[in-house]
Amino acid sequence: MATTVAAPAYAPAHSEEATGLWSWLTTVDHKRIGILYLFTSLFFFVWGGVEAAIIRAQLAAPNLNVVSADTYNQIFTMHGTTMVFLAIMPLSAAFFNLLIPLQVGARDVAFPRLNAFSYWIYLLGGIFISLPVFFHAAPDGGWFGYTPLTTKAHSPGINIDFWVIGLQILGISTLAASFNFITTIVNMRAPGMNMMRMPMFTWNTFVVQFLVLLAFPVITIALQFLIFDRFFGTNFYTTAAGADPLLWQHLFWIFGHPEVYILILPAFGLVSEVIPTFSRKPIFGYPVMVYATVLIGFLGFGVWAHHMFSVGMGPIADSVFSLTTMLIAIPTGVKIFNWISTMWGGALNFTTAMKFAVALVGMFTVGGISGVMHSSPPADLQQTDTYFIVAHFHYVLFGGSMFGLFAGVYHYFPKFSGRLMSEKLGNWSFWIMFLGMNLTFFPMHYSGLLGMPRRIYTYDADQGYTLFNQLSTLGTTILIVGIALTLHNLGRSWRKGERAGNDPWGAGTLEWSIPSPPPDYNFAELPNVTSRYPLWDVKAPELTREVPHTEAGDRRLGIGGPQAVTNGHEMGEVHVNPTAGSAHAGEGAPVMANAAASARRLPTAKELGIPMPNPSIMPLVCATGVVVMFCGLLFLGKSMATGVGIMILGALWWVASLYNWLTTPLEDAH
Amino acid sequence: MATVDTAAPNAAPAHTGGHYTTTGLDNRKIAIWAFIGSECMLFTSLISTYLIYKGRSLVGPFPHEQWTDPATGKVFPAILDIPVTSASTFVLLMSSLAMVLAHDAVVNADNPNRKSWQSSKLWLGMTALLGAVFLGFQAYEFTSFVHEGLTIRTNLFGSSFFTLTGFHGAHVTAGVIWLLSLLAIDFKRGLTPRDELAVDMAALYWHFVDVVWIVIFTLVYLIQ
Repeated sequence: MATTVAAPAYAPAHSEEATGLWSWLTTVDHKRIGILYLFTSLFFFVWGGVEAAIIRAQLAAPNLNVVSADTYNQIFTMHGTTMVFLAIMPLSAAFFNLLIPLQVGARDVAFPRLNAFSYWIYLLGGIFISLPVFFHAAPDGGWFGYTPLTTKAHSPGINIDFWVIGLQILGISTLAASFNFITTIVNMRAPGMNMMRMPMFTWNTFVVQFLVLLAFPVITIALQFLIFDRFFGTNFYTTAAGADPLLWQHLFWIFGHPEVYILILPAFGLVSEVIPTFSRKPIFGYPVMVYATVLIGFLGFGVWAHHMFSVGMGPIADSVFSLTTMLIAIPTGVKIFNWISTMWGGALNFTTAMKFAVALVGMFTVGGISGVMHSSPPADLQQTDTYFIVAHFHYVLFGGSMFGLFAGVYHYFPKFSGRLMSEKLGNWSFWIMFLGMNLTFFPMHYSGLLGMPRRIYTYDADQGYTLFNQLSTLGTTILIVGIALTLHNLGRSWRKGERAGNDPWGAGTLEWSIPSPPPDYNFAELPNVTSRYPLWDVKAPELTREVPHTEAGDRRLGIGGPQAVTNGHEMGEVHVNPTAGSAHAGEGAPVMANAAASARRLPTAKELGIPMPNPSIMPLVCATGVVVMFCGLLFLGKSMATGVGIMILGALWWVASLYNWLTTPLEDAH
Repeated sequence: MATVDTAAPNAAPAHTGGHYTTTGLDNRKIAIWAFIGSECMLFTSLISTYLIYKGRSLVGPFPHEQWTDPATGKVFPAILDIPVTSASTFVLLMSSLAMVLAHDAVVNADNPNRKSWQSSKLWLGMTALLGAVFLGFQAYEFTSFVHEGLTIRTNLFGSSFFTLTGFHGAHVTAGVIWLLSLLAIDFKRGLTPRDELAVDMAALYWHFVDVVWIVIFTLVYLIQ
């Protein structure tokens, strides 16, 4: 069967592709775009961290004046906005890009240029929304921008304009990516990878993309109403004209609650890859994990009003949303138990990635339990808008999302860089972060229950908040050290880490069957998949005995074909791209096992006859035009003619580049 | 799952561009459906807001009842002109028929037995034309409303009505540009059955925009 040239393992990937700035600006390779996402989002993570440090410095003692109240408003608004939209979501997007095509056995995403477009929109939108902080004009209405506070009457400055327009720009990036990844997962799976053989990370991504697809249009419209109110004098949020003061809150949270799952599910997915790998066991209860993920996706749309118990919706609405909120804890709890059961009896190997993953299981549970506390309206009325809520969602977002994403960084760094990260530094970083995170956020439960309100820029010494705030600030300092260690580790290992080889962790999914970093075409030959852990089927079949591989099912799906039957390999006929010497193809002959072969460079896509997409500058040009068009709105207040002129210019710009893009074929004719 | 059986890597259908796909469908077909799903939520938000704000405007003009301005005593009649909008709705629905015929003409472009009226140029042009006529109706409607004293700033009805129908009109405009681009390609090199997917995507989008209009027409114009 293996007639094409197989990729040798453990060979440094001398790729023939161009390097240099231009190659990065025009790249359409999902792995390079993933790396761009990774470093950009880490940059914004540091940026949001600096904002957090300023908040903690201001609150370190009673009645400090590190920043003014006005600046404080801008800082906490931008901390939330940066972390949600510019750090965690794009860091997840980095993993979608790096992993989804590799995990489903594809050569790229469905629309490589659209993928580049998503990244450039994100970068430009991120700069757009972050820059005004230098001119003391940053958004200052909170990350959820409640109206009527954010309407022109109450926030006349340009601050909120940057926020509404910036979020609108970023939404384009996220939506475009969701079309891309839904199509990739539905339509580009390798032969044999039916839905119930997809890796858990792919499943979580799949559900997240549907959440994006259905939730982002709602925030788009909510923002559009606010833009119209602010720029064209409509009345959507003008209570004096009879507008419903809750319209924004409903629209925002119909988006905002699915958004919570958009932030956490990718981390859940990464952890669901890390824990089985380092337990040397397939994930426990795979189908239930899948159903739980899908159920979280569905229920996530039915719980939004639990953010609004204190506005007085009445007993019926309160009861319904209280009940749905308690319900959603069930599939989430199922996941926690499945991770624990996966580890149970496994051969545990506590690498740094595994430590972060297990920490997620613990810390997310803490945040999840305080979340269930808020699902009861009487309790929520006491806790809402206090630091107790801040403690809750930081346990979920830092202890959950960030720990999961850090687990992903340590786990997958070898795959996309070809080098291992330092475990010693990672170990130090993990324990320092773990300590710092708990010391920062655990005391907030107490300051919150004592009544300390969120978003308040200072407090008095006699209010009893001082000790807990000092502990939080101390914790933040420790946390910064821990994060700095990982960032240092990342930079150091990028240049001189140990060579990783194809599969440094002994993992079971497709991405580990190819060289690290993967060649631009990923798979020299599209793999045939006959179980959830195709690589373990080949390298460690004893691990996958209990995973279904029905031969009849394979034949029904038209994979494996007659050869699989004649060879009698019930699970061994999996034709993953061979790793050095250990993979068996067809009759069981080892492929490319000899040292001479592995010293050779990887064959290029051209040599293998694989059509690859051409690089294109058009995604960047088009994204710039879109951002220029939105910038025009900012000038409307000053001069109608200038604003409209810039908008028309931007529109013509992106439409022209779109025509060029659409009329240029993705690949050379073949 | 039936499609999976036949989709062997080397036997990928021609319209997938020669690439193997899991479902046997072209990627673009999946993406346009995802896009339409997303658009459903966009219009759901707009239509819900219109319905929530229905009857809550503090001042007129109103869509279905007349209103007397207490300050000036001026009488504003019910502003929606249902007969005219019924005509424009009919035009838009007929454009969907033209779109179906355009798609059929492209599929049969190489068919030696096709009839003389099976011309993609004719029906693509007709669809775009009918879309443009619908937009003309909308421009007329908007202008006359402004003359009668209803702008996007007047009241909640004005804000939500103009935003909802304006968003729909923008979608129709994008559709007309899309159809004209296809028409330009048709004149340049002729559309063949190989272009079926490109026309099909435009058609799906066009029919979706039509269906949305049926919902808007029913909820905004017909139900009082």
